[in-house]
Amino acid sequence: MTLSRDRLGLALIIASAVLLPLAVLMAFYYAPRELTMGDVQRIFYFHVPAAWVGFFAFFVTFVASIAYLVRGERRWDIVALSSAEVGLTFITAAVVTGSLWARPVWGTYWTWEPRLTISAVQLLVYIAYVMLRAAAENPAQSARFSAVYGIVAFVTVPLSWFAIRWWRTIHPDIITGGDSAGLEPRMVQTLMFSLLTFTVFYFAILRQRVRLEVTRDRVLQLRETIDSLSRG
Amino acid sequence: MGFASKVWAIVAKDLSAELHTREMVSAMLVFAAIALLVFSFALDLQGRTARAAAPGVLWATVAFAGTLGLSRSLAREQNNGCMDGLLLAPVDRSAIFFGKALGNLIFIGVVELALLPLCAALFEAPLLQPQVLLVVVLGTVGYAGAGTLLAAVAVNTRAREVLLPVLLLPLVVPALIAAVKATSWLLDGGTLAEVTGWLNLLIAYDLVMLAVSMLTFEYAVSE
Repeated sequence: MTLSRDRLGLALIIASAVLLPLAVLMAFYYAPRELTMGDVQRIFYFHVPAAWVGFFAFFVTFVASIAYLVRGERRWDIVALSSAEVGLTFITAAVVTGSLWARPVWGTYWTWEPRLTISAVQLLVYIAYVMLRAAAENPAQSARFSAVYGIVAFVTVPLSWFAIRWWRTIHPDIITGGDSAGLEPRMVQTLMFSLLTFTVFYFAILRQRVRLEVTRDRVLQLRETIDSLSRG
Repeated sequence: MGFASKVWAIVAKDLSAELHTREMVSAMLVFAAIALLVFSFALDLQGRTARAAAPGVLWATVAFAGTLGLSRSLAREQNNGCMDGLLLAPVDRSAIFFGKALGNLIFIGVVELALLPLCAALFEAPLLQPQVLLVVVLGTVGYAGAGTLLAAVAVNTRAREVLLPVLLLPLVVPALIAAVKATSWLLDGGTLAEVTGWLNLLIAYDLVMLAVSMLTFEYAVSE
């Protein structure tokens, strides 16, 4: 990827700039007011897409980690790192918005409900991932270790899912559960639009984060060249 | 030399090193005993409630004490360039992994053998039964597998021993939940048939962790 012109990156940013306000407008004006929960239910249109993007981002890290170990190319390491950081941001947003919603509806900010538990575990796992990157002694080692961790971490997700589901089985199953028939068409449309918007937004941020890392590599390279020249 | 004898050679080396110094298992044992006493003192439970807390306390103690031994086991290889020697030996990386993991499993197992009666006494829980031992073995296999891989990673970083629990503990959550749940069912008079689901989850965790650790171990140790 060249650093001069980035048409795709620009297109993603413009698309996000158009879609995000539309998604907000839809969540507040197009979607009807929920009868039992009231306006607080509108958090749902931001919370669900944030969680989806978080998990998707960690999946991208998993795939890029495998690609890095197989190919050994720096660009896969950059994608893995960037996606993990972006994913952490979105998962944090999902946990925070979820807690804000849970307080009035469930009467508590936090409960060890399966979805919350798995989000909390994921948050810890990828914080550990970022710490591991910072603690490695050199860039090559950091890339290799975090690829190993990115793979091991992700394979525990399905296992955690089973463990947590059996452990606590009180959860609102809105999408896959039987309740979806009761969801208003406008609500479903708003949610779908919001999911699309957040996904585009994810790729826009990921692209910029990747470019930042590529730029950093270039700067380091140039610095080394200057150092070696000045040493003569 | 077959694969099994290569693995066993590494285990035998670890066992004899430990028999000479006794630093690893004794540190884990003392730490585990102290942790159990602290739990017992801090929770201050009696009768039924003590028995209900026992599985959680037992597994939390195993998880914490385990990280001590795991990081020591790999640090020992790292010091004096022993790991380089192992890597230069004409054996598969997976043989090194299984050797180290089996050694760690044995060390943690020894600690658990002392931990179980102590926990049973402090929390008035009938932990000393064959079914519970089966759960303990299944829970420890996956923990030792993932722990060996991550200890190999952590030992090469600047943070060393500090990083291992941060990396390992979130990943063993599924195994911990399954092991705690199966143990509490068995303590409540449940049979093995009633906890088949949890046992299957533990077996799946063990197999997945061992397979993934074996595949990625060479990237964790090679220079």
